[in-house]
Amino acid sequence: MERMVDARGLACPEPVLLTLKEMKKGKGQITILVDAEVSKENVLRAAKREGWHVVSIERVGNDYRILIKCE
Amino acid sequence: MAGLKRLFSTRKGIVFTGILIGIVAPLLQRFGNPPNMGICIACFERDIAGALGLHRATVVQYLRPEIMAIAIGSFFSSLLFREFRPRTGSSPLIRFMLGFFGMVGALIFLGCPWRALIRLSAGDLNAVLGILGLVAGIWTGAFFLQMGYNPGRKIDSHFLVGSSFAIAMAFLLFLLFYFPPVSGQQQSDIIFYSVNGPGSMHAPYAVSIAFGLLIGFVMQRSRFCSIGGIRDLILYREAHLFLGVAGLVAAAFFTNLFLGQFHAGFSNQPIAHTESLWNFLGMLLAGLCFTLAGGCPARQLVLAAEGDGDSALFVFGMIMGAAFSHNFGLASSPKGIGPHALGGLITGLAFCLLVGFTMRRR
Repeated sequence: MERMVDARGLACPEPVLLTLKEMKKGKGQITILVDAEVSKENVLRAAKREGWHVVSIERVGNDYRILIKCE
Repeated sequence: MAGLKRLFSTRKGIVFTGILIGIVAPLLQRFGNPPNMGICIACFERDIAGALGLHRATVVQYLRPEIMAIAIGSFFSSLLFREFRPRTGSSPLIRFMLGFFGMVGALIFLGCPWRALIRLSAGDLNAVLGILGLVAGIWTGAFFLQMGYNPGRKIDSHFLVGSSFAIAMAFLLFLLFYFPPVSGQQQSDIIFYSVNGPGSMHAPYAVSIAFGLLIGFVMQRSRFCSIGGIRDLILYREAHLFLGVAGLVAAAFFTNLFLGQFHAGFSNQPIAHTESLWNFLGMLLAGLCFTLAGGCPARQLVLAAEGDGDSALFVFGMIMGAAFSHNFGLASSPKGIGPHALGGLITGLAFCLLVGFTMRRR
């Protein structure tokens, strides 16, 4: 099942909190949707800190789709 | 451009921003701003409330151009880097009230988080209690965030919704030039200006505006946030924003030392009182409000300028909170707390607890 965090429209620090919560459920692959540059930066920083690998960052309209992975 | 875009979001960028604010604030004092108040978002918005006649505390009335300049600097930076985004709808009224009560708390202490750090760096030990209160407030807010506090999602809106705040700030700047202070007079047509007290002390317009624009620009790029610095450490041990806060304190300390503005002690500190418990409690309320609202007063100014209508309401809530604080005797003065500080504090804390416990993710 695809794991997804939809953090669009949410302000600091919610995108990071939701991402961390999803990471705690276990290793694997998570897609995170954010709608602001600052949220993207924060999520990427959190992912790297927790030892997750950033697979891709894709711009979709005004939003960002971030794919992270941990094996 | 891409390099410049990323430059400030790095660790060096955030530290640079803190250092810049830490140098500019004491310098602005040297240029004429009130002592230990080179830049204080809460105090300056309170002065603006006074200048507009929303309160009649005659010693704190001035259209502080730093506030407008920070907003306008951020507005243009967000346009330039294509980060301007009109959005609103995440519990706007609650954000107004959080700004309101955040200001009530800040004026019990006498300063926003920035001023707490600036006061500390100038040797005002009363600020230690304020900062401890701030941390306690942020910790409480972080507890609610971990419990699933969620003010709701913002949605995109019209350009005018996003730009209204910057336009309002530009209009305030226009009022300053159109109705400038007249020496020795309390009023310049519709605008009130302090003849004495902190409100009468200010740097030349050009200096205030230039530094304000610079800080607004750099803050928009780096996402500097004093509340976020402490909150991220508590929530997930992320030190990125905290490094900026540390940079601010260190730079302000050395600049104050260099300018002869450092005087350690509790008593006789400028625009401060020594009631430790109230310094703690005031900032506890402020820290909790700012955490529930997602950022410190300066960061809210930047977000508002970037198009966030909810943050704009937060700023207007702070201005309204300042008016009520002085009209209702909630605000402190160097002599001590106001006659109704307790009422303001309890009401504010009750409101925050209600928000924190009821506005949760389903």
